[in-house]
Parts: sequence; C-alpha cells; structure tokens
Amino acid sequence: MPLWLFVFLAALAVLAALGVVLQRNPVHCLMALVVVLLDLAVMFIGLGAVTVGFLQAIVYVGAIMVLFLFVIWLLNLQTEERRVAGSIGLRFFGAVGAAALVAELCVFVVKAPSTAGLSHVPPTFGSIGAIAEALFTDYLIAFEATSLLLLVAVIGAVALARRATASRTRSPVPVSPAVHEQIGARQ
Amino acid sequence: MMSVPPSWFMALGALLFAIGAAGVLIRRNVIVMLMAIELMLNAVNLTFIALSRSLGSIDGQVIVLFVITVAAAEAATGLAIIIAAFRNRETVNADELNLMRW
Amino acid sequence: MAVDLVIAAIRAVVMLLLVLNLSAILLWFERKGSALIQDRIGANRAAILGVGARLGLPNLGIVNTLLADPIKMFTKEDFVPAGADHFLHGLAPFLALFPVLVTFAVIPIGDTVTIGAHTFDLVAADFNDAALYVLASIGIGVYGIALGGWASNNRWALLGGIRASAQMISYEIAMGLAIVAVVATYGTLSLQAIVREQGGVWFGWLPRWGIILQPIAFLLLFTAGMAESKRVPFDLPESESELVAGYFTEYSGGKQAVFMLTDFAEVALVAMLVTTFFFGGWQVPWLYRDGFHLPGGALVSIPYWAVVVLGVVAFWIKTIFFCWLQILIRWTLPRFRYDQLMRFGWKLLVPIGLLNLIVTAVVVVMAGS
Repeated sequence: MPLWLFVFLAALAVLAALGVVLQRNPVHCLMALVVVLLDLAVMFIGLGAVTVGFLQAIVYVGAIMVLFLFVIWLLNLQTEERRVAGSIGLRFFGAVGAAALVAELCVFVVKAPSTAGLSHVPPTFGSIGAIAEALFTDYLIAFEATSLLLLVAVIGAVALARRATASRTRSPVPVSPAVHEQIGARQ
Repeated sequence: MMSVPPSWFMALGALLFAIGAAGVLIRRNVIVMLMAIELMLNAVNLTFIALSRSLGSIDGQVIVLFVITVAAAEAATGLAIIIAAFRNRETVNADELNLMRW
Repeated sequence: MAVDLVIAAIRAVVMLLLVLNLSAILLWFERKGSALIQDRIGANRAAILGVGARLGLPNLGIVNTLLADPIKMFTKEDFVPAGADHFLHGLAPFLALFPVLVTFAVIPIGDTVTIGAHTFDLVAADFNDAALYVLASIGIGVYGIALGGWASNNRWALLGGIRASAQMISYEIAMGLAIVAVVATYGTLSLQAIVREQGGVWFGWLPRWGIILQPIAFLLLFTAGMAESKRVPFDLPESESELVAGYFTEYSGGKQAVFMLTDFAEVALVAMLVTTFFFGGWQVPWLYRDGFHLPGGALVSIPYWAVVVLGVVAFWIKTIFFCWLQILIRWTLPRFRYDQLMRFGWKLLVPIGLLNLIVTAVVVVMAGS
C-alpha cells in the first residue's frame, strides 16, 4: 500500500471514529461507523486480505450495520440532549483510560522497529482458496462451533425481541371500525 | 511506491481502539456504546490483518473472519436485549437502566 | 505505464457512459413499452421543429426522454422539507446511485483485445474476487434508500425506507446463494473467467451456458435481482397507493432524477449479471477465436477483430433482452402484499437456494474425485 493512501485512509478512519463517539444523533454515529468499516475494508484489501476485506463490506456494512439502523428506527431514537451531570466519575475514568491507551501507543510507536518491512507473500495470499483451506482444516472445530454460536444467537435474539406478552395475551385480532360500532351498539 | 511498515497499522489500530474505549465510557446511549464496541473489535481486526501480512501467515485473516461472525452474533443478541429493555423501561440510557429487576 | 493508465481510464469511462445511456434509454423504453401493453400511445409530445412528423416518422419520443426530461428535472426546484436532515437528504440519492454504478466495473463486455503492445480484456476492472465485489456493492446500496427515507422527516418516506432496506437485505441472501452456486460450479470468482468457462459446446451443438448447469440459480438470481431493484411486483417501498411515493416522496428535481436513474441502472445491472452468469456473457454460440464452428462441422472463418465485435454485440443483445423481460414483467404482474413478499423470500427462495447450493457442492465434489 503506498504511503499517501495509508495516510489518507488513516486520517479518514480516525476522523470517522471520532464522529462515532462524539456525534449526538445515533444515525449520524452509525454512518460514521460505516465509513470506518469501509475504510478498514479497503485497508484489509491493501494488506493482501482481499477476501476478508470484501466479507467485511458484505457482512459488517451490508448486514450488521443495517440491523443497528433498524433498531434505532424501531426505538425512534432522536438526537440526545447535552449530557446532564451525574457521571463525572465515569467521564473522568474514560478520559484517563483513553489517555493511558494513547500514552501506551506513543511508547509503542517510538520503541517499535519501524523498519520492519512486509514479508513477501505468494500472490494467492488472502485469496478465498487459501482462507478456505485454513478454515476447513486447522480451524474446522472452531468453524463448526461458530456456526452453532450463530444459531444460538439467532434463536436468542428472536426470543428476546419478541413481545413478552405475546404468549400470555394473544394480540387482538384486527377488527374493522364497523365491527367496533356494532359491539358498541350492543353494549 | 513506498510500502508502509506494519507497525503503523498497529498504531492506527491502537488509536482506533482508544477512541472506541473512550466512546464506551463517555456515551450513555446503549446503542452508541455497542457501536463503540464494534469500533474496538475492528481496531483489533486491523492489527490481526497487519500482522498476518507482516508474518506471511494466513491465521490472522481466519481469526478476523471469526471475529466478524462473533460480532454478528453479538450485535443480534445485544440489540435484542436493548429492544427488550426499552419495552420495559422506555429508555436506552445506561445510567437509567440500573435496576436488575423491575 | 502512462499508456496503460490511459487505457484503464478509457475502459472505465466507456463502461460508465454506456451504462448511463442504457439507463436513460430504458426510461424511454419503459414508457413506450407500458404504453404498448396498456394500448396507449405513450411519450408522444417531442418533435424538434416537427422533424419527426415531416419525415413521416411515427414520433421522436426518445428525444423527449433523452433531452427534455433531464432538462426539465434538473431545472426544477430542489425542495428540502422542513425538519429534514439536510446533509443526509442531499447525500442519499448519490449514496444509492454510486454502489450500483461501481458494480458495472467488473462486468466483462468482450474478449481480449490487443492494441500495439497492450493486451487487455474488455472489462473496466478485471480482478479475481469480482463476485465478492458484486455482493459487497449491492449490500452497500441499501444505505442510500434507507437514509433517503429517514432524512426526509416524513412518515411515508420512513416507512418506504424501512420496507426497502428489509426487502433488500432479505433478497440479498437468495441472490448471494445463487451467485455462490455459480461460483462453486465454475471454481472461480472472476466474472471474465466464468464467461470464458461458458465458451464451447456440448454434444457438438449445445452451447455450454450456465443456464443449463444452474437453471435454479438463474431463477433465484433473476427473481431476487428484480426484488433488489424494487420494481413491481416487488415495489412495496414505493407503492403509490399506500405510501405516496415511498422513500423518495420528499425528493424533487435533480435528486429525484438520480433516484430514478438508480432504478434503471439496477435493471441494467440485473440484466448484465444474469447474462454474465447464465447466458455466456459475450459468448456467441459456436463462435471461437477463428470463426464459427457450425454444428454440422462446417467452419466459417472470420478475422479475430470481428469475433470480438460480435461478442460485444451479443452481450448487449442479451442484456437488452433481459431489460425488456424485466419491463414486461413489471407491467404484467400486480404488487405483492408485504407478508407475501417476506414469505416468498425467506420461506421459498432461501431454502431453494440452500438446497441448490448443497446439491451443487455434492456434484462438484463427486465430479472432481
């Protein structure tokens, strides 16, 4: 990956990540996160992980983020007001924690051997065939366990998100206004 | 054409992780907190991919695939929990979701 | 190096212009086609200084669509409703159009061409993971529609946006299963390679097109593709009788034109994907690099450049045929109900797609061993 591309993508990723954290409208946060995810997908492709990069775009951007969007709409979340006081401690802890992470990062950047280049890899590196070969041999058990996890998650999500009252009181059958009037007249 | 050293990618990953961690701590909207968690997961993914490239090993990419799958499961369950909580409490503010029962 | 860059740029620009023009012509095509089906005359009010009538031509309706409609649309007021999210409202149409247009980059329209020392395929961008790229960009296309509905601050538009995104996500799965089955059959993700695999014949006369190996995947991809382009019978997101105009209710002028262009670009995209995966792309039956090898054993040899030209023409004929088929279906069928739509997608197309994929995988493994 050429240097200018890395600088551009990195700057965009950091800006969008700040957008996720700092914007007050959840939909805007979500769009910023979509930008980060696509940005990272391009970086993955630049680093030779072509399949993973495309899968990131398909699964993360095309499915998971749309699910977030649905939930934001379902709950009808509006722009938040400015935060009220009450969690000063958490905010302090957040600032200190983030500062510690950034400090650690600075040490890391200074100390890390920045001249370490990228190793030479065969042209099929990161192709779907190479991934599949690893996935279905060395990682077969993990793969099957993940599929089970997904199934459990789907069932769990359906069980959690359906109306809890649905089993006890059946939702009323929709009746036309005319029927309502008849019932009213009888009473 | 100058190639970028892998440590730069890891530095970017660490920075994104820090932003995501700060987001989880300073935001009180549960959905945005989940988004910040996704951000942290992706920062780690970037590190995996950069190291996979630098070591010439495919394992990092396979693990990223697992992370994406688990993130899908996590988002589905997490959002379902948020919907269930919102039904009962009419809020997505983490500070107000402070009772274990209602 | 510089020449290669210029060639790459020309390939991209030519493909883009071809697609944009095809979309605009499809708009006229649909107006005249619907008029034909409904026994009307259709777009008939364009005649530059009466040229059409003077020459005795029936009309010059195509001029209406290609010239007058864009001028009309782009000079109208660009209305933004009160309380709308200005930034996303403006961005949404382009967010919808962009992923569709970039998908065309991987669709091969012709065989290899050699100009001087430069040899290249007639495809804007030929790379190995093209099928994944198609799925990725179709997946990203949801956002423009969804945000257009949300940012309009209008209940009808929001309902349309929600319906559209739910529908597109549901049918993406069937579409993905169909494409994966084709990819498993040919063992490659590159569309150009898939088209090349479809050259040649079986039994001496039957073209080796994908439709013969994967007829179920063809039905899946075509149906799901039509659902992706959100047109009747799958036009729940913009159903006029329920939602005014759905997600683009609050759009006018140029931005609405961009949404319409997206619709027709999607029609063209579905036609091209079907052509590429199942109808041999630019392959002409019995045509090889040196000429026609007719079933009887006769050889009609023609120069290579004519073979390439014939391939490009064949690709466009097939594409326009499937555009026509979609327009015919769009003006023939009534609209689904929402629960019917979801049941059709999840309980019919997805299980069929999974079954097809399993059978394909078993056959591929058996044939390989």
